[in-house]
Amino acid sequence: MFGAGGGTSSYEEIEQTDLVVLWGSNAREAHPIFFHHLIKGVRNGARMFAVDPRRTSSAKWADVWLGIEVGSDIALANAVAREIIHQGLHDLAFIERATIGFAEFAAQVEPYTLEYAESITGVPADAIASLAHAYAEAPTAQLLWTLGITEHHNASDNVFALCNLALLTGHVGRWGSGLVPLRGQNNVQGGGDMGALPNKLPGFADLTDTDARARYEAVWGVPVPPEPGLHLTLMFEAMERKELRALWVIGENPADSEANIAHARAALEGLDTLVVSDIVMTRTAEMADVVLPAAAGWAETDGTVTSSERRVQRVRAAVPPPGQARDDIEIIVAMARAMGHDWADASAEALWDELRTLSPLHTGMSYERLERENGLQWPCPDETHPGSPFLHARLWADPVEGPRAPFTPVEWVPAADALDDDFPLRLTTGRMLDSYNTGVQSSGYDSPIRSGDTLDLSAADASIHEVTDGQWVRVSSRRGAIDMPVRIVSGLPAGTAFATMHFPERIDVNQLTNDAWDPKSGTAEFKATAIRIERLGAGAETI
Amino acid sequence: MSMVEPGVAAVDLTVDGIAVQVNAGETILDACSRAGIDTPTLCYGETVTPVNACRVCVVEVEGSGPLVPSCSRGAEAGMVVSTRTGRVDRSRRMVLELLASSVDLEWADDALRGWIERYGADTRRFPHGETATVAQDPKIHDNLYVRDYSRCILCYKCVEACGEDAQNTFAIAVSGRGFAAQISTEFDTRLDESACVYCGNCIAVCPTGALTGLIEFDLRTAGDWRPEEQTSTQTVCSYCGVGCNLELHVQDQRIVKVTSPMDHDVTLGNLCVKGRFGWQYLGNEIGRKR
Amino acid sequence: MDLKIGPDEATDAERQAVDDLIGAHGGATIANGERLVLGGVRRAAERRHLLLPGLHALQRSRGFISAGGLNHLCESLGVPPADAYGVASFYDLFSVEEAPDTVVRVCDDIACRINGHDAIEAALGDAGLADTSRLDSPCLGLCDFGGAAVVQRVGTDLRGVRVVAGPAEPVIESHLPSGPRLLRRIVGSDVASLDAYLDAGGYRALRSAVELGADAVIDAVSAAGLRGRGGAAFPTGVKWRAVADQTGPTKHVIANADESEPGTFKDRVLMENDPFALVEALTVAGLATGSTNGWIYVRGEYPVAVDRLRAAIAEARAADLLGTDVLGAGIVFDIDLRVGAGAYICGEETALFNSIEGFRGEPRQKPPFPTTHGLFGQPTAINNVETLVNVLDIVTDGVEVYRELGTADSPGTRLFCLSGAVARPGLYEHPMGVTLRQVLGAAGGLVDRREMRATLLGGAAGVFVDATSLDVPLTFEDTRAAGITLGSGVVMAFDETHDLRDTAARIAEFFRHESCGQCVPCRVGTQRQHELLAHTFGSGSFDAELFDDLAAVMKDASICGLGHTAASAIGSAVRLGLLT
Repeated sequence: MFGAGGGTSSYEEIEQTDLVVLWGSNAREAHPIFFHHLIKGVRNGARMFAVDPRRTSSAKWADVWLGIEVGSDIALANAVAREIIHQGLHDLAFIERATIGFAEFAAQVEPYTLEYAESITGVPADAIASLAHAYAEAPTAQLLWTLGITEHHNASDNVFALCNLALLTGHVGRWGSGLVPLRGQNNVQGGGDMGALPNKLPGFADLTDTDARARYEAVWGVPVPPEPGLHLTLMFEAMERKELRALWVIGENPADSEANIAHARAALEGLDTLVVSDIVMTRTAEMADVVLPAAAGWAETDGTVTSSERRVQRVRAAVPPPGQARDDIEIIVAMARAMGHDWADASAEALWDELRTLSPLHTGMSYERLERENGLQWPCPDETHPGSPFLHARLWADPVEGPRAPFTPVEWVPAADALDDDFPLRLTTGRMLDSYNTGVQSSGYDSPIRSGDTLDLSAADASIHEVTDGQWVRVSSRRGAIDMPVRIVSGLPAGTAFATMHFPERIDVNQLTNDAWDPKSGTAEFKATAIRIERLGAGAETI
Repeated sequence: MSMVEPGVAAVDLTVDGIAVQVNAGETILDACSRAGIDTPTLCYGETVTPVNACRVCVVEVEGSGPLVPSCSRGAEAGMVVSTRTGRVDRSRRMVLELLASSVDLEWADDALRGWIERYGADTRRFPHGETATVAQDPKIHDNLYVRDYSRCILCYKCVEACGEDAQNTFAIAVSGRGFAAQISTEFDTRLDESACVYCGNCIAVCPTGALTGLIEFDLRTAGDWRPEEQTSTQTVCSYCGVGCNLELHVQDQRIVKVTSPMDHDVTLGNLCVKGRFGWQYLGNEIGRKR
Repeated sequence: MDLKIGPDEATDAERQAVDDLIGAHGGATIANGERLVLGGVRRAAERRHLLLPGLHALQRSRGFISAGGLNHLCESLGVPPADAYGVASFYDLFSVEEAPDTVVRVCDDIACRINGHDAIEAALGDAGLADTSRLDSPCLGLCDFGGAAVVQRVGTDLRGVRVVAGPAEPVIESHLPSGPRLLRRIVGSDVASLDAYLDAGGYRALRSAVELGADAVIDAVSAAGLRGRGGAAFPTGVKWRAVADQTGPTKHVIANADESEPGTFKDRVLMENDPFALVEALTVAGLATGSTNGWIYVRGEYPVAVDRLRAAIAEARAADLLGTDVLGAGIVFDIDLRVGAGAYICGEETALFNSIEGFRGEPRQKPPFPTTHGLFGQPTAINNVETLVNVLDIVTDGVEVYRELGTADSPGTRLFCLSGAVARPGLYEHPMGVTLRQVLGAAGGLVDRREMRATLLGGAAGVFVDATSLDVPLTFEDTRAAGITLGSGVVMAFDETHDLRDTAARIAEFFRHESCGQCVPCRVGTQRQHELLAHTFGSGSFDAELFDDLAAVMKDASICGLGHTAASAIGSAVRLGLLT
């Protein structure tokens, strides 16, 4: 945010904050140990609002749950902003000193009255107002989100809408106040930090910055191409156009995990060459020309990963990898050599030390310190620096240090996959506690609480469609159709359905999902699919 | 002996005649530790609220009638604490005798056996056959957990860990009363039908082996649990972006148990079902088609 | 909170019973349409105290607490089912297993055992209850009747069956030179109506208290030397002053009416016959300590007292003697009546707090003390019923008059619960300092003029004395010097025909049954003590060293008074050679 891609706060802050706003996140199940910290905050007296189309196990902890219509987040955020401005609850001193673009922002949110937002979100206007007042009046507030915000075709706009609220109220850059995107995997944060983004170098240096490139070129001894690469969605489009002919997939299972999966599988099948490195035989690996068995990063190799509070921590090998499986570094070096490059063997620590010379965020983080101090939070520019529990304290310096933070006005637009008479139900997706993504790892332990994938429906919708709990139905979207059993649940508004994507071998939910994607982040709109359901006759499959 | 923290008020007291200074808010147990005195504890845990249930840590405090549980009683200025009186020794010995006569302590911490020796507890003092015990069959309802309440000393740590101190799931509580009290789900329903989310945070705090993972239980039952040969390696869980540290306990090049360090400030020793058990695909044919 | 509620569903009757109770308070979640829900852990925490009344409602509606009923209650209150089950299974009067529609709980405790079961069975037959299900019960506090039972029946509150096995009517007598004090409105008058109570001088104390002001009331209580009559004998004025000094916005005064010490029934007699006295006295306590919240926690086995107190509270509220403007003096004070469910331990003050709050009635470690961290963690003055009723005289008549009776260190009068082998069992008021010989004499001596072999003073948690103690003045200071106790005023006499080994074994069984199970010394110690006596009376050898060790660990290392005193009476019987 505001220049560096990381959550601004430490977990500890949520234990001491005055207000928790959990927006599009079911952290109780997707980030269970973070949620322990959140509960401590609530028990310490923080009020809690949850914004989510479902009354999830997380939302049940909230004093107030706002059950918004899927994809209406910006309308809600803009209405909250407008209410704050109209009631004079915004932090004018902070806005004037530390931000730019407030006037344009205020003008842009002006049409988002509480009533207008109610008409889009379905949430009563006075509840929207109460969120606005609570957020603006809380001495400190934590605003947290996950994929409910980012798996939309306008994901970046969703994030901007939330960041605007923090700028409006000064809820960033102070202990207890911050913006926290919770990361879905143990090194999503670290991957981005290390430059695994099409347009960034390690440490978030901009690829198009000639001076920055020169620093990396000096160390790496090779020229760095200045043109940004492709993100995942663009890669699939390039595959479709037959421009991208060979793909090396490392630790990813796109043949199950992509939206509109039939389309993605066709693209993968059309490749000349598909190489997969993975720790298990995924569906993607089964499609590959070459499979490179890899060691499990967290138990069979050494290295570091970076968590949602920007904390770099060590992973260590505890058991040897089985059979011919090898460390990813070894695989990459061997591959380079096979391609004719004279790459030396390198330990994880040696590579890390090289990174430290290039990324000022990480310079102070020696392995020795990471061990001794139980990890360090970036930025940590030198060996005497204690690391940074929270970001953007500079916004509270007077005058502000560095550039001022910009408001980014954004408009609400509906989900790409529109509801109509043919597809009248809104399917949204998410995780369950004991399972993980496409189940590559989590299907390999015997969880007693795993219920298998179901189409969750409200009692009202079940009644309209004359289906009962456990009954199999055909679920169709504009992209495909699958059969799955219904589960009738509370906490889902009528018109909204829910499924996970943990069991693609049995229930291939991504046949349904929409691959409309956000041009800024490349993320597909997993969260908003228009579906219809039809009862299946007798003799339908049962679990 | 660690130093008192600057900026925190100091409290002076004496323990067994030794002048001790502690931070305000510390307990008598902390004071004993600072004085280098080893105090037996069972229901005490650094990450759970003391429930004062086991009473093995009792000490004598001048001016107080009954003995005082050192793990929960705050240190006060001028307190005169004694840990080596006849009353203290007798109470500690009796607590150990009472537990040993009613509970199977074979899998308990080594420390507990050390205390039994130190206090001269006669674990066979109560006549066999006329003495009620908590003996019962282990409860095994799934492939992850074993609850063997014949080993339960009712220290409440699992209840605290399942409840407000960590998980906030409240799948278990103490039910019944008196000697018949035990840890249970509602109506003693099967664990896999209860609210349990299989985080294993109860297992992590159990001091007697009443709660174990099934793999550990099977190894122990087979006499093949060899902690002295095990290595423990600290790493980070792969299942989400929170960054929970794991300790992988390895025996014969195979992970046999996963814990998290009690002093790790992200987890405080707690994990979710994925962190605690989700590793099993590594050593399991179904999970790992390589 | 993210509760998991199982599939069992409540019956319509169970659902109705819970909804009727919770309705006025609102549930743990409130939905406004399908896209807005107010909930969270704070709403649930604010309603948790409704769990105990909710469990009563379920027990009443079906005769036991079913999984479906508990699910509905838990969902309504936001309490996890395992947690609620732990609470339900704590109490004797709740069944968590399917039970007959009618269950008779027959007192099997030390006083009633003297008369045997025959008289009780005869009375149950007369009441048409011959063929109903029986359960043994600890002391029901009806020792003056010589035998008793309570009946639990689906659809109704608990009802008592009183068996007259001794004299026709239990005695209620004051033996004071100046006329009755604590029993002044009881002896020969009906004060169950507010008018009658006012005619008998009721609410003069509260009016005086308003005139005097809080400080002066506490000063008077201190100057009168009033000490707790529940057994602990703590100075009441000190306790009240400590609470008055607390500045928190919410403070509580509680009448501890969980009178469960075997052999004790004095508070029952007061509450059944003079309910307004307790309501008024508690209001004075509220005024003195600056507390707006009053609570009366009555043991579940006292249905008559519950009914009369409930009616008295309602009448007082209607007459603006409770509420937001008491006596028109701007005093805010009201009383919530809570009913226990069969657990001796809930008479321990911190266990009582937990019980009201909807948790298992397990005592808390002290310190912190109730005066700073009591009910809901807030400052609380908790007093025994008899203690509170003493306050009325102190405030109305003044300290000097109050001190005309009793001794300098133990002023005032004392209620004695006479039972066992005395000729005229009942409740007697004597000046402090009376001797045991005089107390027994006033009760007509022993039945058939038999010789007293031993008397149990203070109940199961008290001590046995023999004839050598007959002339000890029964004051706090003299009993302490003699190594005996007044406890809760129990005087239970035994003669040569009684098998005190049976009494001792029953006392051991009582503590084993009533131990909450929280701490090791008491949970296992009371079990082992009972086993030791059973072993001793079986084979005849008594392991004195083991008994001493058990007694020591329970006394020294238990959390609360139950464990501290669990070997007290038995130890005294051993020392007096009563068990051989």
